[in-house]
Amino acid sequence: MSKPKIAFYWCASCGGCEESIVDLAEDLLTVTSAVDIVFMPVAMDFKKRDVEAMADNELAVAFINGAVRTSEQLEMAELLRRKAQLVIAYGSCAHQGGIPGLANLFNMEALLQKSYTDAPSVTNPGGTRPQAELKVPEGIVSLPKMHDTVKALDQVIAVDYYLPGCPPSVKLVLEALTAILEGKLPERGAILAPDLAICHECTRRDSKPDKLYIKEFKRPHQVLIDPEQCLLAQGVLCMGPVTRLGCGAACLGGNMPCTGCQGPTDRVRDYGAKALSAISSNLDASEDEEIVRLLDGIVDPAGTFYRYSLPASLLHSRIAGDGGKEA
Amino acid sequence: MSDQPQDTFEPRIVAFFCSWCTYTAADLAGTSRMTYAPNIRVVRIMCSGRLDPQFVLTAFNQGADGVLIGGCHPGDCHYQEGNYKCLRRFHLLRRLLQQMGIAEERLRLEWISASEGDRVQKVTNEMVEQVRRLGPLHLNRPAVEGHHDTTTVPGGAK
Amino acid sequence: MSSKVTVDPITRLEGHGKIDIFLNNDGNVERAYFQVPELRGFEKFAEGRPAEEMPQITSRICGVCPTAHHMAATKALDDLYHVDPPASAKKIRELVYSTFFVEDHALHFFFLGGPDFIVGPTAPKAERNILGVLGKVGLEIGKEVIGLRKQLRGLIALAGGKVIHPVLGLPGGVARTLSKEDQQQFIAGADHAVEFALFSLKIFNDVVLKNADYMKWIVSDTYTHQTYYMGMVDANNKVNFYDGQIRVVTPDGKEYRKFRAQDYLTHVAEHVEPWSYIKFCYLKEVGWKDFAEGPESGVFSVAPLARLNASDGMATPRAQEAYEGFFKALGGKPVHHTLANHWARLIELLYAAERMQQLANDPEIINPVVRTLPTETPTEGIGVVEAPRGTLFHHFNTDARGVITTANLIVATQNNAARIAMSVDKAAKGVIKSGKVDDGILNMVEMAFRAYDPCHGCATHALPGQMPLRVRIFDAQRQLVQEIKRDG
Repeated sequence: MSKPKIAFYWCASCGGCEESIVDLAEDLLTVTSAVDIVFMPVAMDFKKRDVEAMADNELAVAFINGAVRTSEQLEMAELLRRKAQLVIAYGSCAHQGGIPGLANLFNMEALLQKSYTDAPSVTNPGGTRPQAELKVPEGIVSLPKMHDTVKALDQVIAVDYYLPGCPPSVKLVLEALTAILEGKLPERGAILAPDLAICHECTRRDSKPDKLYIKEFKRPHQVLIDPEQCLLAQGVLCMGPVTRLGCGAACLGGNMPCTGCQGPTDRVRDYGAKALSAISSNLDASEDEEIVRLLDGIVDPAGTFYRYSLPASLLHSRIAGDGGKEA
Repeated sequence: MSDQPQDTFEPRIVAFFCSWCTYTAADLAGTSRMTYAPNIRVVRIMCSGRLDPQFVLTAFNQGADGVLIGGCHPGDCHYQEGNYKCLRRFHLLRRLLQQMGIAEERLRLEWISASEGDRVQKVTNEMVEQVRRLGPLHLNRPAVEGHHDTTTVPGGAK
Repeated sequence: MSSKVTVDPITRLEGHGKIDIFLNNDGNVERAYFQVPELRGFEKFAEGRPAEEMPQITSRICGVCPTAHHMAATKALDDLYHVDPPASAKKIRELVYSTFFVEDHALHFFFLGGPDFIVGPTAPKAERNILGVLGKVGLEIGKEVIGLRKQLRGLIALAGGKVIHPVLGLPGGVARTLSKEDQQQFIAGADHAVEFALFSLKIFNDVVLKNADYMKWIVSDTYTHQTYYMGMVDANNKVNFYDGQIRVVTPDGKEYRKFRAQDYLTHVAEHVEPWSYIKFCYLKEVGWKDFAEGPESGVFSVAPLARLNASDGMATPRAQEAYEGFFKALGGKPVHHTLANHWARLIELLYAAERMQQLANDPEIINPVVRTLPTETPTEGIGVVEAPRGTLFHHFNTDARGVITTANLIVATQNNAARIAMSVDKAAKGVIKSGKVDDGILNMVEMAFRAYDPCHGCATHALPGQMPLRVRIFDAQRQLVQEIKRDG
């Protein structure tokens, strides 16, 4: 009886999700004795043509991490979708766009301009830019095209399940792999992590007040953070209340606030909107001037509330020249 | 999404009115035969404190060119504190929208009491003209042609 | 007829890449192009972000070396806020950093670049990975590597919250103190790391140095380039990964420049080619003279081989001994053989382990004070560290609130990008003749890249599909003690 075949692929990824698989350490042995990994560029020498040669649905599962930024990544996502029975969006970038999604605050031209012209260390008087198709003396070389915006995986292919986190914790990954091998997955479309907020597993939760009144926002470098007390109670912005658990509140363990990489709980459509709602509701101010003054302590609302989820948000990206005028 | 040329552009404004105050005021405007621009679609919520910022973003995502929120005057909220929560969320949401490049005039918060039918008329007409001058809000559509609908909720949430 | 062979994707490294090889009518290589096919734009989308978030935002550039970006950004924040962390915090940072270096270098040698030597460069595709390595060195050793990495990565998570994308860095210090119990764990980890390092060097010696065929490839002209070399050194010109000045030596091994992080723009510049998204670094004062070696060309190299070449030695005793042995065996300084990076990497692993021991035993690391709160208005900050893959530069400008206005990042591999392109091109020309191209030969082209990039390791026990697997375990007398078979 042959073992189920699985593939791991990375789109616009940092490789941390691949590392999280390695971090299963000896537990991975149990899993891999039950499966055949047939494509995983980071560790194995199987190439794209090996995937193309497979029959449709030949793969039991394709784990795809990374956001979709280029034509090549789109092509690979579609290829793996055809060849796999199940596609799992692995990690924050595939789930909601991730940190590379912050590029949606700028347009493509701005990214290219900065990288290839404006950066102080760049010498490029001719304004050379990477080309999708280039004639060189020896022939034609090509590069993938960059899309205008960064997308989450389910914005380009149908996704069966999501494993949240940047990267997903060992615990979540093991549980998900076990569920797959035992055929005990929940309803399609589910996020493979409990539907509870981080506060639930945070060791500081006993010090979280029933009624939270925020009088001031302090940024982590401006204060000494008490390692035992709820961060919001200390005035340090923490996304714990609006973020799904599963990571063991690891950042809190490092004495820093949660930044929201596990994404929202089940009934939330737009993580950032919900986060800003929760945080602002508890401001200890009711007059315009006082509210505005307190909010000055949040210097970057978009980057703070949509750190990992901008592409998946209802707005998706910044628009230019509002008023219906051209960007 | 509106494809009309600017001079015949009819803005589509979604209005979230609290049941006790602003919605009642809108009824009053109606029974008093006050005419005002038909461009608003009213959604009744029990309290402006019920306004989840996700509603605002959903409205923009689904093609609204502007969003108007109406609630009771500070101190008059039927549920005591709800409108204050609305106010706090509104301020932070407005900053977010600014960072996302959306013109400030597209989101407006007004305190309108049950007896102020004339304010509903005035504010609506004003906002419709402001947004008409701004033009349609063209949000970037993230979906690649022929693919997964982006307004579907990922992760099983309904 | 002329034709094109494409390697897509490049494998056994972190990141995306492809190689386009153009053959002329005789079937020999005209040119090989090594291309990086994407740009994410971190330098741009950093604008508008609070500066104190940069250690966590930039760590997402690479999930294999997140700690490197985290440290470079944290040091840039110190500079930005003109704040000096207490000694305890600096030592904690360097301790975490040394721990990271050990586990990352270990991963590369055993799982990434190592298979090419341990199993053999033209071994069947399905064997060129950790499984093949296990077959050669034994299951016990494999478990040892996994166990060591797990232990060390657990230490990083202990001090830094998470191991992949840690959170400890703040301007003026670190977020969390270490307790006496934490310290004991670090000491145990450090001792284990030193043992492991010596053991890895022994394996290299037995499997690679004693193999005449491998040595032939290592010293061959196909995998050799004579460029400048750059690395960070301490006040005694010994290799230091966390702090120091940046030293550059000529292809002859003489000191060319030695500069502070703050002056990097005088010395390092980036060149753009239309066939790759990566930018190619070169020495500004020498100038860009195309993809060429030699003292007239600004192309330089970073990472283990370069660091050993650019320094006068290692700051810890056993690593120093290994350093001396290295240069003695390869004919003196500097060594230009790209594949020698694999050996140099293990010497660095030993240094990092010994450094871990020094810092773990330092009483300062359990000091309850680990932060100096910034008081000055932020303006501009530059932080530089040695990532496992090379010198890493982070440069931020902010407004008075500490919100980023501009950012410039020169990521380690960029410093090697030109030489990597040259290595791939030269290797292709050296191994592909008369149109003969097969999987093993293409792998030898990829080896030219792998030597530089100790990135990502992976599925530690990944079994390749559709291949009968046989693992043979030998004891120290090379007697077969066990054979495990699995049918594909």
